[in-house]
Amino acid sequence: MSGLLQQLFNGLVSGSFYALLALGLSVIFGMLGVVNFAHGAFYMLGAFGAFVALDSVGLSWWLALLVVPILLGVLGMVLERAFVHRLMHLFPLYNFLLTFGIALILQDLLRMKYGVTSQPYARPSMLDGAVNLGLFTYPKYQVFVFVFSIALSALVWLVLTRTRVGMIVRASTERAELTQSLGVDVRRWVTPVFGFGIALAGLAGVLAAPMRAVNSSMGADLIIVIFAVVVIGGLGSVLGSVAAGYIVGMLTELGNFYIPSLSQILVFVLMALVLLLRPAGLFGREEGAHA
Amino acid sequence: MILTRLAKLTNGWSPVLRIGLLVVGLVLALGLPWLIYPPVALDITAWALFAVALDLLLGYTGMLSFGHAAFWGSSAYATGLIAKQVGLPFYFAVLGGALVAAALALPIAMLCVRRSGIYFAMVTLAFAQMIYFIANQWRSVTGGENGLQGVPRRFFGIDLTDSFYFYYAALPLILLGLLVAWRVVHSPFGRVMVAIRENQARARALGYPVDRYKVQVFVLSAFLAGIAGGVYAVGHGFASLQEVYWTTSGKVVVMNILGGMGTLWGPVLGAGIIVLLEDYLATAGIDAVGLVTGVIFVVTVLLFRRGIWGTVRHLVRSRARDRNSDRAEAEEPESRPAPARQG
Repeated sequence: MSGLLQQLFNGLVSGSFYALLALGLSVIFGMLGVVNFAHGAFYMLGAFGAFVALDSVGLSWWLALLVVPILLGVLGMVLERAFVHRLMHLFPLYNFLLTFGIALILQDLLRMKYGVTSQPYARPSMLDGAVNLGLFTYPKYQVFVFVFSIALSALVWLVLTRTRVGMIVRASTERAELTQSLGVDVRRWVTPVFGFGIALAGLAGVLAAPMRAVNSSMGADLIIVIFAVVVIGGLGSVLGSVAAGYIVGMLTELGNFYIPSLSQILVFVLMALVLLLRPAGLFGREEGAHA
Repeated sequence: MILTRLAKLTNGWSPVLRIGLLVVGLVLALGLPWLIYPPVALDITAWALFAVALDLLLGYTGMLSFGHAAFWGSSAYATGLIAKQVGLPFYFAVLGGALVAAALALPIAMLCVRRSGIYFAMVTLAFAQMIYFIANQWRSVTGGENGLQGVPRRFFGIDLTDSFYFYYAALPLILLGLLVAWRVVHSPFGRVMVAIRENQARARALGYPVDRYKVQVFVLSAFLAGIAGGVYAVGHGFASLQEVYWTTSGKVVVMNILGGMGTLWGPVLGAGIIVLLEDYLATAGIDAVGLVTGVIFVVTVLLFRRGIWGTVRHLVRSRARDRNSDRAEAEEPESRPAPARQG
């Protein structure tokens, strides 16, 4: 029994990464109608950012958790202005291909600089060790990751539903033209929202640095799973993306425990089922504004 | 969509030019192993058919499959297995491999067509990744990371160990595949494909079962990709995980957008350029395929979305139109196509 619970908790921890990444992807898609293929690459850059910050400047993990996402967010905003923006009026597949190209470039540049072996990154000392969760003890760091990602997802949800900024973003997502005609400058919010989504990916990367292998390909396979996650949850639905992230995390870890040979396939089987029974996703509505 | 314009441009070629191009293409295909290293020549033809197969979906029906490695790769494995087990000429193995790819494509297509546009791209990519994981796990059949090795080149008792001769043995299969693609594009079926690309809702309103057409094109495309993948596997003597990995799907997409999707010559040209470029990088010892491919993606998408062939055709077409407009000036007020917008 405690073994099962422990697997479920493992699932919540790996689901934390899925949730944060899917959340950023969904927010960007909602506002821009762009599926950002480079999302995994920015996750990878986040992890490398933490590594480089510690290695060269001696920046602690806690500061990296703050600084790296901000820097990546700014980089994201630059990319949006320089490239993504130019293709916004075209068929959305062009931006998909553009960001795929950007992902390949970023990934290969990091590979050329750091090789394919993983970089070591120690856990922050405050989060080292284990904590007793009653039924089983668990690494403190993993518990922190889970609590942090839940808190962050809740915060994003609150901002989107309870603040004026969130209202504008949601309105622009639903009916961009109508919002525009009501006197809101929708275009002004496009770049910050893109940057915000990228920052979330970077943040997930910094979180991953002490517990995952930091290498140039860490985001490549992950982004494909994230695509499956957002299809399951309903792309553009914030709640759906986060929930699907945790569901897929738990499914994968349970699979790892009971049927290890099929664990990587389960997420795609779930996606097939969702497509069959509820094509718009578990929490999605049929064909949103950008579908 | 930008593809709209491209299709219309097909009519801009004069018949003389068309036949001339065909002759040049055939002569080039026949002379290729004399010009370049035969294994590279074979790679070009296999990738060319693969790229054209994807173009049936991407360029002609407006469906971006980002998971076509699944069909190229599954056929590579199936072809390899059949060739190793059955003592028939490799044509049969390739055909069997392509049938396996088509059989695999059918359920995947039926699921994928439930979403369109950008979702379709994501879903195809995800299913292809599933095939990759299966190939990785199913070691007893695929050989896992070692790949499936020792695929023989059986051909009516003729010795084909020299790649120069194998190229000519394989070429008919490739040309047959290209011929099928050409026939399909210029058939009533092909016109429905373009109609779906242009306006899915209207095609449906006119009574065409859009989803059924999409599934049919998808399966046909997977079959042709399977022929290409099978030839590739026999040519190289092995099938590896690389064949089902997402980088392979990305590579065939870049061939399409670089060469010019929605044309038949474009993907062929794109395949030639990318294969030669990768060969150059490999021999020059420059380990930056991802970087180069990424830059090609970014530059093509930002600066010339018609692709090379699309641009050439556009220029030829507008010159032809300029000549016509000398005769009847008022006929065509819009001399340059407006940038395509999302419908």
